[in-house]
Parts: sequence; structure tokens; C-alpha cells
Amino acid sequence: MTEPRGGRGASKPRRRNVARAVLGVLGELLITAGVGVLLFLGWSLWFNDLVVGNKLHEESLEQAQAWERDEAGAAHGTPQDPPVLGAPDSTERFGLMIVPRWGADYYRPIAEGVGTAAVLNKGQIGHYPKSQMPGAVGNFAVAAHRTSYGKPFNQISSLSVGDHVYVETADGWYLYVFRNLEYVQPTAIGVIAEVPQSAAATPEDRFMTMTSCNPLFSSAERIIAYSVFDRFYPRAGGPPDDIAATVAGVS
Amino acid sequence: MYAALWRILPGPWWVRALILVILFAAVLVACVLWVFPFIDQFVAPIDSTVDA
Repeated sequence: MTEPRGGRGASKPRRRNVARAVLGVLGELLITAGVGVLLFLGWSLWFNDLVVGNKLHEESLEQAQAWERDEAGAAHGTPQDPPVLGAPDSTERFGLMIVPRWGADYYRPIAEGVGTAAVLNKGQIGHYPKSQMPGAVGNFAVAAHRTSYGKPFNQISSLSVGDHVYVETADGWYLYVFRNLEYVQPTAIGVIAEVPQSAAATPEDRFMTMTSCNPLFSSAERIIAYSVFDRFYPRAGGPPDDIAATVAGVS
Repeated sequence: MYAALWRILPGPWWVRALILVILFAAVLVACVLWVFPFIDQFVAPIDSTVDA
């Protein structure tokens, strides 16, 4: 009850003033923190999302032009007997994805591996290392974010039967045709099996599995999109008509 | 806190306001360039993969 300085009459108002000042600073700090959290959300869901998306679109165009310029494509490969790339190094970008349903400006890199920090959080589409490469008999399985980081698979639920999903490599364009969606538990590794959901079966067809999170902004489930291989377009013959604008960078 | 900042700043009110706007812009730029990308590493990612 004793104050080091000041008389009895002065101690009570002064203590009340100190308490008010402390509360005032605390309140301002809390408001500042709240604004900071909102800014972070805006950065994550909108600003960084746009920046990463635009950057990856640019880099995809540059990659495609480099392949075109270097005539990097293999001379072999026919529409029904596509060339198959060897296993890439971890985190190496070996392909690009084009989906006309998602707009002419949808052009995103595919990198080896599904590590969060190394691949997916850079906005890339990640290839499950144990799954097959594009065009191979078996399953070409990839994962990507559905929200934030350029959200490559944001529109995954908009795919409808017959939609074209192209995978571009140095060799050319692999056309996969979308079949169906499936919603599964996060542990359902059967979706990336060589024959999806049939681990014991011997693969004869060429599948593609795309996995992303479901519902939006949640990790509770996974949304899966299955496609089947239709044909291969060698680079020498140029891109098919429905993706010509995307490859040329006109959108 | 902010009242004290206002008192510490020199000049007439419009100079103080200008300084505050510049300070706020600087803080925002620092957040976008360094602070938010740093914090982002510790935010649990929304997992898009099936566990292989």
C-alpha cells in the first residue's frame, strides 16, 4: 500500500492512470496484431497467390519456348506409342500442364516429387516419384494445391467427362481425357496405384491421377481426378488446335 | 502507444501524417517481402497429397 514517492492523496489516481495506460497500450497492440493477421491472410490468399501464379505462367511459357527453340524433342514416338521420359531428378521440372477448361492462360510447371516446401508450396504441380511418367503404361500421378500458392488445381471440381488435360514435355503433348472425380480419405493411396484402386491388377492402360485437398481450405479429405491417355502429339507436328493459343502465349 | 508516437513526431500535423503514411508503407513492404514469407513456413499447409 505504500508508494515510494508522493503523498497519500496522489497515489490512487496515479495508479489508476498507470493501469489505464497499460490497458491502452495492450489494446493498441491487440488491434495491431489483428490487422497483421488480416494482412497475412490477404497476402496468402490473394497477393502471393497472384504473384506466384503469374510467375509460373511466365516460366511455363519460357520453358515451352526453350524446348521449341532447342528442338529438344525426341524423334521417336507416334500418337499411340508415345515416348516416355526417364526418371527426373528430385524437384526437377520436366513437364507442363495445360487444361483448356481452366482457361487459355492456364500453363503450369510439373516438378518431380510432392514435398510441401520443395515443390508444392512453390505453386508447382508435383509428380509422385513412385508413379509412372507421362505416356507410360500405368499411372502418371500428380498433386497440387487447390488454394493459395497460385492454386494450380483450384478448378479441379469443374472438370467434366471428356475434358482435355494436356501434359507437355520436351517431346511433345500427351493428351489425357478426363473421366471422373472421386472423394477419398487422405490415406487412400490406392488412387495413385498403377491401376487406380486396384493394386493387384496388371496395368495395360495409361492413366493419370490428380490429387488435391477437399473441401476448399481444408485437409480433411482429398479430391481425385482420373483421366485416361488418348494420344500423343509429337513436338515436330506442333500443338493441337485447342491449346495453340496457350502454347503461343496468347490469351 | 500511437498517441505517444504522434507526440514524438516533429513538425505540423500534415508533416506528422506524411511521416506516418511513409512509415506504414515501409512496414507493409517489409511484411510482404520478408515477414509474411517467413511466417508462412510455420503455418500448417493444406495437404493435397495422399500419403504414399
